[in-house]
Amino acid sequence: MLARGLSKRFGDFEAVRGVDLDVRPGEAFGFLGPNGAGKSSTMRMIACVSPRTGGDLAVLGMDPGRDGPRIRARLGVVPQQDTLDNELTVRQNLQVYGRYFGLSKAHVRARATELMDFAQLAERADDPVEPLSGGMKRRLTIARSLINDPELLLLDEPTTGLDPQARHLLWDRLFRLKQQGTTLIITTHYMDEAEQLCDRLVVMDGGRIAAEGSPGELISRHCTREVLELRFAPDAQGEVEPKVADLADRVEVLPDRLLLYTADGESALKAAHNRGVVPVSSLVRRSTLEDVFLHLTGRTLVD
Amino acid sequence: MGSPTSSVLVPGPVRSTMLVVEGLWTWYKRNWRSSVISTVLEPALFLVALGVGFGSQVEAGPATLGLPYVQYLAPALLAATLMQTAMFESTYPVLSGFKWQRVYWAMISTPVGAAQVLSGQLAWLALRLLVSAVAFVAVAAALGALTSPMILLAILFAVLTGMAVCAPVMAYAATLESEGQQFNVLFRFIMMPMMMFSGTFFPVEQLPALVRPLIWVSPLWHGTELCRGVTIGSLDPLAALGHIAYLCALLALGAHLARRAFVRRLEV
Repeated sequence: MLARGLSKRFGDFEAVRGVDLDVRPGEAFGFLGPNGAGKSSTMRMIACVSPRTGGDLAVLGMDPGRDGPRIRARLGVVPQQDTLDNELTVRQNLQVYGRYFGLSKAHVRARATELMDFAQLAERADDPVEPLSGGMKRRLTIARSLINDPELLLLDEPTTGLDPQARHLLWDRLFRLKQQGTTLIITTHYMDEAEQLCDRLVVMDGGRIAAEGSPGELISRHCTREVLELRFAPDAQGEVEPKVADLADRVEVLPDRLLLYTADGESALKAAHNRGVVPVSSLVRRSTLEDVFLHLTGRTLVD
Repeated sequence: MGSPTSSVLVPGPVRSTMLVVEGLWTWYKRNWRSSVISTVLEPALFLVALGVGFGSQVEAGPATLGLPYVQYLAPALLAATLMQTAMFESTYPVLSGFKWQRVYWAMISTPVGAAQVLSGQLAWLALRLLVSAVAFVAVAAALGALTSPMILLAILFAVLTGMAVCAPVMAYAATLESEGQQFNVLFRFIMMPMMMFSGTFFPVEQLPALVRPLIWVSPLWHGTELCRGVTIGSLDPLAALGHIAYLCALLALGAHLARRAFVRRLEV
């Protein structure tokens, strides 16, 4: 998948403003970004269901504008919102969907059985979808997206709204697909999900790419190795801030905490103690993708 | 990668349309029971109550074209029934495909495109209407309300009438973002008057001349003229061509608008 200057406009609103992307075969690639950053619009263009407004886009070496159906035949799509037919059974959902790819009835029948095992849904095979739990529906949606053995799988917030068990099961399944050589493109709000699954990712903000790299690269490029968190009684942290400002590369003031971004959290903590700073509690931790994300896209709500 | 799909031919527009029909059929096989009530039982009750019951009080005369009332009513009721089924099937179920079940969104993530979602949905409805018409004719024949084999031609006219209604209604349904409250307006202020005043139950000549032009707009009036005319053998060929042309034009216009609405909504 290759994009150059890709853009999408809805009337006056520019959802995607010139995005360059390269996703190599077999890679797991992530889109991070706050709501409205343009992730889903980009995904829909890659899925060949939304014509681009500008720029170049090649998916599986073809142009979505010209070869939409041929590309879609080799894609798997997990949409943000489930699009299952609640009045059909689990099995029927898989079979009907598979038929849209022009696959034979016999092939679709066999593949549906395999996929129900893969998604741990075999016991519910002939139950209607309606009463299934959110996690089961999500697993079914993922199973369905695999019915045509896609070379490229697009997952738009695959685990939003799921309980931890369901998320881990899904991650396990996605990891297996990746090992089998399927290319994955994932959008997510969960940093742990991105760290778990993605080889490389971009942080999108306001329709543009704010940063790009592997999770480790992003942390080392945009953040320090460690973070020292000093917790204070609300509003007491402001007075302390000048005393510790020079102990870290960057200090962030939150309502009840100071975050000191530094290579060595323990020595920063010691130095703070020596200057007579007495926090309610303190914590030294590794920097995470979440720190990078918040640094790049800000802490304010966008919507 | 040597996936089994790379060797399979990607379905073209016609095949895609057929696959959409197949998908809708799979749904229908599981859920047909509820639709039997509205498409077979209700019209049958109508025919019994109005045709046989109320009709026993109507003398055969010039107004009924010399026929017993039930025979006068049956072919027209065929058209009216299909019009109603077409209305219902092209409103909530279509909105659901976009909004509630969202199955249309699933379809377009496969090689099927928005235009084929529409053509498949239309083709499926034509089949549904055809089956409803055959069922109605069977019931009406059993009640002695139909005697002419020409009713078979009336079936086609009735399906055409239904399609001329469902294409524009589908175009409208595809533009709605709401929960479909507008459909009630459609049912009450368009479908009901159309049902009452399109010559189904009594000749439109009984109505004031002032409202006559409104009746000519009604696809059901054209359908009624065709179905009744062909069944009892009184159809004037030239008038018939006019009715058919009007219904075809409505169907073509509706299908064009619906196609545009489907593409705009699904492939934005």
